[in-house]
Amino acid sequence: MSAVLEVTNIKKNFGGISAVDGVSFDVREGEILGLIGPNGCGKSTLFNCILGQLTPSDGEVKLDGKVVTGLRPAELNKLGVSRTFQLLQVFPKLSVRENLILAGQEHQGSMASRLVGRSDAGLTETANQMIGFFKLDHLAAEPAGGLSYGQQKLLDAAMAFMGGPRLVLLDEPAGGVNPSMLADLKERLVAINREKNATFVVIEHNMEFVMSLCSRVMVMAEGKVLAMGRPDEVRKNPAVIEAYLGH
Amino acid sequence: MSGFGTPLKIALGLAVIAALIIVPMNFNRYGLFILSQWAVMTIAAMGLNLTLGYAGQVSLAQGAFVGIGAYAAAIMTTHGWPLPAAIVVAIALSFVVGWVLGYPALRVQHHYLAFVTLAFSTLAFLVFRNESWLTGGIYGISNIPRPHIFGLATNKPLPFYYVCLGSLAIVSLAVWWLIRSPWGRAFMALRENPLRAQSLGIDTRRYTLMAFAIGSALGGVAGALYAPLTQYIDPVPFNLSLSLDLLMMVIVGGAGFYFGPFLGAMIAVLLPEWLRFTEGYYLMLYAVAVMLLLIWSPTGILGILDRTMAARRTKAASALRAVAKSRMETVQ
Repeated sequence: MSAVLEVTNIKKNFGGISAVDGVSFDVREGEILGLIGPNGCGKSTLFNCILGQLTPSDGEVKLDGKVVTGLRPAELNKLGVSRTFQLLQVFPKLSVRENLILAGQEHQGSMASRLVGRSDAGLTETANQMIGFFKLDHLAAEPAGGLSYGQQKLLDAAMAFMGGPRLVLLDEPAGGVNPSMLADLKERLVAINREKNATFVVIEHNMEFVMSLCSRVMVMAEGKVLAMGRPDEVRKNPAVIEAYLGH
Repeated sequence: MSGFGTPLKIALGLAVIAALIIVPMNFNRYGLFILSQWAVMTIAAMGLNLTLGYAGQVSLAQGAFVGIGAYAAAIMTTHGWPLPAAIVVAIALSFVVGWVLGYPALRVQHHYLAFVTLAFSTLAFLVFRNESWLTGGIYGISNIPRPHIFGLATNKPLPFYYVCLGSLAIVSLAVWWLIRSPWGRAFMALRENPLRAQSLGIDTRRYTLMAFAIGSALGGVAGALYAPLTQYIDPVPFNLSLSLDLLMMVIVGGAGFYFGPFLGAMIAVLLPEWLRFTEGYYLMLYAVAVMLLLIWSPTGILGILDRTMAARRTKAASALRAVAKSRMETVQ
């Protein structure tokens, strides 16, 4: 299995604080990599550095062997890297279907073709399939802002898949989602991972969710990688136990 | 606005269009001037609604673009160019200047952006006033001709009103197309959540610049019609107060609503005329009316309608749910 994403020695300093301190890892094609660690250990900052939302102070990010460090988020997205957010980030006034069409429209044609072409960019069908897949059918025409927290989380995840991404970085997809919906979400993620051969990196605090979903887990603490391995290995690692329970 | 049935909406639209064509036929000169002014200001306000209402970029410079369009049209038509050519130049010029003015919006937002555009507005006014070799300075440009359209002279008020109305129709169709295209969706994404938009591959830089450029170009179109409407221009109408008036039209009508500018311009242009019978008090009454409206509904007139519709939809939906639930209970 080749590496989709290679991250080498990423550092990010905010003033004198080093939020991410020399993190290196790679993500293999088709795997689901979990990323766990105590609050404030630099998980989200690492995501933002990889995705171009922050410029890393040092280090290199490679996508399919090509250096992509410093590319803007929109450019990376067009290369097939997508993400979800920790906090709700849908477009509240647009309907669920419009949110999904918006999430896919920039992935086809040129900017000019999107001005003269069809108003739905030919995506209504794809959006409806995604709505069905995430069981949001009865909400398709509702403004996204009117959905419950868990439903908006599902929509947020669905939006990340509209462009047919190769690599998706999910930032706490399970946060605030009720248990039955969570089982649904996990099932969907596994299905997309298998059927579309999409690779995932998942930040999550819900251990049960991470351990059952991921093929490998990386543990971070204080900006550094503490451990990396199969879920059962990581769970037994003394350093990990120390980081979570030690203080 | 989905509360009306489609046939009813079409009928209503046709009735309004027919009224706009037929009713003014026996208006006097002044009535036609006011109505033409409404059409022209609606075009400018639609441009600002695109930049501010849809794309969420605050601009206090729309009046300056009306000025740029007006001066382009005045200078060209008094030198023998036909008005359509002047309109094309006005569009191109304000598009390019609007594009450049969009760059600060890539760095600053909200009231900081308002100040940048305000400074631009002042700069444009100073150019209109001081560069007399081009603009005639404080004496302005007079004897601006009205165009011949398909060989017909439009010197009289009624034919020129139809020129303004026709232009408004074309602009309305173009804007309608734009906002329901993927571009319109991308503009709204800029307004609602630029961070998320970027992560979905939306080139926020390019769309922000486009929102400014297209909005400004519509200001230019309005200006290119304003010049032959008044047939005389000087710098005063294009100072900051025009930008503020246009901003008010957009906010009062309902920013981000397609029909907002039509209503907003109607209130800004026509209401002061209707309140004239109150003599010295009309401006005060007008100001109080605007304040009350915005306290009642910060989202403008169409915001009220939108809320009413939403409330009715929710009520209908929960009624349906209640019926479904009681049926299920009966079955059990």
